[in-house]
Amino acid sequence: MKNINYFLFGLCITASFAGCKMKNTESAVSGDAAAKAYVAPGKYDEFYNFVSGGFSGNVVVYGLPSGRLIKEIPVFSVFPENGYGYSEETKPMLNTTAGFIPWDDQHHLELSQTNGEYDGRWLFANANNTPRVARIDLKTFKTMEILQIPNSAGNHSSPFITENTEYVVAGTRFSVPLGDQDVPISSFKKNFKSTISFIAVDKNTGRMNLAFQIALPGMNLDLSHAGKGVSHDWFFFSSYNTEQAYTLLEVNASQRDKDYIVALNWKKAEEFFKAGKGKKIQAKYAHNVYDEDKEKATSTIENEITMLDVKDLIAAQAIYMIPCPKSPHGCDIDPTGEYIVGSGKLAALIPVFSFSKIQGAIQNKQFEGDFYGIPVIKYEAALHGEVKKPGLGPLHTEFDGKGNAYTSMFLSSEVVKWSLKDLNVIDRSPTFYSTGHLMVPGGDSRKPYGKYLVAYNKITKDRYLPTGPELCQSAQLFDISGDKMELILDFPTIGEPHYGQACPASLIKDQSVKFYDINKNHSEFHTMGEKEAKVVRTGNRVDVYMTAIRSHLVPDNIEGVFVGDEVYFHVTNLEQDWDIPHGFAIKNNPGAELLVMPGETVTLKYLAEKQGITPFYCTDFCSALHQEMSGYLRVSPKGSNVPLKFGTNVIDSASEN
Amino acid sequence: MKKLTSPGKFSVILVILCLATLWILPMWRIDMRAPQYPGGLTMQIWLNDIKGDVDIVNGLNHYIGMHSIRKQDFAEFIYLPAMMLIFMGLGILVLVTNRKAAYYTWAGIFMAIGLFSFFDFYKWEYNYGHNLDPMAPIKVPGMSFQPPLIGYKKLLNFEILSQPDIAGWFYISAGVLLVLFCFYEWKKNRKEII
Repeated sequence: MKNINYFLFGLCITASFAGCKMKNTESAVSGDAAAKAYVAPGKYDEFYNFVSGGFSGNVVVYGLPSGRLIKEIPVFSVFPENGYGYSEETKPMLNTTAGFIPWDDQHHLELSQTNGEYDGRWLFANANNTPRVARIDLKTFKTMEILQIPNSAGNHSSPFITENTEYVVAGTRFSVPLGDQDVPISSFKKNFKSTISFIAVDKNTGRMNLAFQIALPGMNLDLSHAGKGVSHDWFFFSSYNTEQAYTLLEVNASQRDKDYIVALNWKKAEEFFKAGKGKKIQAKYAHNVYDEDKEKATSTIENEITMLDVKDLIAAQAIYMIPCPKSPHGCDIDPTGEYIVGSGKLAALIPVFSFSKIQGAIQNKQFEGDFYGIPVIKYEAALHGEVKKPGLGPLHTEFDGKGNAYTSMFLSSEVVKWSLKDLNVIDRSPTFYSTGHLMVPGGDSRKPYGKYLVAYNKITKDRYLPTGPELCQSAQLFDISGDKMELILDFPTIGEPHYGQACPASLIKDQSVKFYDINKNHSEFHTMGEKEAKVVRTGNRVDVYMTAIRSHLVPDNIEGVFVGDEVYFHVTNLEQDWDIPHGFAIKNNPGAELLVMPGETVTLKYLAEKQGITPFYCTDFCSALHQEMSGYLRVSPKGSNVPLKFGTNVIDSASEN
Repeated sequence: MKKLTSPGKFSVILVILCLATLWILPMWRIDMRAPQYPGGLTMQIWLNDIKGDVDIVNGLNHYIGMHSIRKQDFAEFIYLPAMMLIFMGLGILVLVTNRKAAYYTWAGIFMAIGLFSFFDFYKWEYNYGHNLDPMAPIKVPGMSFQPPLIGYKKLLNFEILSQPDIAGWFYISAGVLLVLFCFYEWKKNRKEII
């Protein structure tokens, strides 16, 4: 009897152990979260949130606080949905010195600023793989310009702008030898350089132009931000791999206790450039511009750039390195421009540098050696203080304009709120999971709008209904208007966000173009009315000048095209009203469709490879009789004497029987 | 012959001024609402023009076979302003002749013009709504699309409101003034006899 009791007792104890589990990271979302994130039907969101698409190559637009996806803007990847990269007018946008490239890795974004505040004019985007910087016009949400960056690889530290959008910078992640020299990979220290490119922006048109480059010793430039206010003249870049490793970077680039933040006086560099102190060197790069008036893009290959000598900058006290722990990633400047926050990926603290202390250290020559001649400022001399025990793996910091900073912690999967004044941690909130970038509207500008914070995460796992092995990325929206951060929404994102920018809707929505004025259509191939529609043959080339209006195409019957002809369909949308696009697709076309906005003319090239009757039609549901908006192309054998004939509603009763 | 009273003479000036607004402001407005047009659509009829969302309305209406509205198709935009100018000239004549009989005749002419305008508008609207293109893509059997002469009407998915616009109200005020002053002049006439 007693044995059984002991046995049963033992069983009970063991059973109770099953109750000892580790708490999982379920956070309670408070009752009014839904109300805070809800935007009622028919109402607008408060903010436009522009988010980088990462490996999708596009820029994505969400509304905050609803998290609703409003638009995907094609930038560096072809977009069959609307013909970007497929139409004759947009193909040149994706041209590079390596030819037409249909994809890139879009990492960071920067809204144009005036006096350190967002002005709603342009959005700059970088391409990581084939280094380029793009400019998107926020009146039309179209990519207007793409500039390739020579002597660069892994254009990661890009596109960051000066307070008045005088320059956009592009910094190299993968150091490479300048030009196309053939050298052993192990000669990294000797031959490989990291370059910083300064792209000048025309303050009226936004047109970019590669002003000058600076070649620094080989290392990886990660992120950067321009100084504000007091630090207006300076630009700060985080760097890692100052170990100068070229293989197994995971280990070899993590050896040193500290890498650097490069502080560059861009104003002095600009002076050198304007004084003609740079050296002109041969470098090919593509510059692609979409002309709004002529409605087409042109690609020009440029041949030379101006390179400033880093030795001149050192002599002019214009460049310094500031030690920063453990492979820094984020390099963020607070709204006053006084504090520079370095986030070391593997660090367990956050160093905050003071601009005035840096200036003092330079004056008093408080250096601890140099990095290839560039003076290294003593860590303590530049330091304002360290945020202790914030979490693990700080990546990015943004500010709310109330003296608080928010840092994303990748390794400990949380967002940490701390005070700039006393460097104490105020609050922390878990993210789901492993947040990379975080963003406060205006949080990297002189005037943060505050109110919300979005954490863009790298790991999704169980956040949403599962969709097989390949999952979307997740983002969490926090209300930061109070003392504590409050999670109010969880929403999926397209591609892989690496960066975000959000501005009040009012900056953009009233300037948004509703449709193009057809009287201002100066496209070479426009057709200003159905009476002007025609088909013209020049040798092997056939130009179809077509109009689209609800619900018919003119011409919708085309004959007299032969096998081997190159047919160009120039479609002009004659509508002059809001939200009436027409699409155009033709059977067996190894390209994509066109989406033509009211008042626009877009061209699709079609090779008539096979004899037969080929239908074409409008692909955008435009009207009750959209299904009837179609036509036929007759492709006859080469050399046959079928006359060129075209029209709409031309009834040939003779040949009907 | 009886002379006009002072206020009566003044009313001639007022009426002419009211009618002058027809050249600087729209006369009539037709407002349309449908679910897919959040801002609504509006057409404004002026003495010598038709303005507003005419192109959009034409684009929509061609489906049901209604003819396009084009300024050049309306002879009214030529003879109506002419008639108004002549009428206003006649008003000066009334002032000069300074006779009640002239005033009553003048008012009578105004009523005639008014009636004719409304009848003409009605006839045009009837034609517009009934005389449909037999090849129209959308045919609703037995349906006609005559817009309302004045007031509210629902046609398919559109709600339509037809009413005077600012100059139209001035025109109506002119008419009211004329009627009132006709009575006034008549009353004053009787008083004088007594």
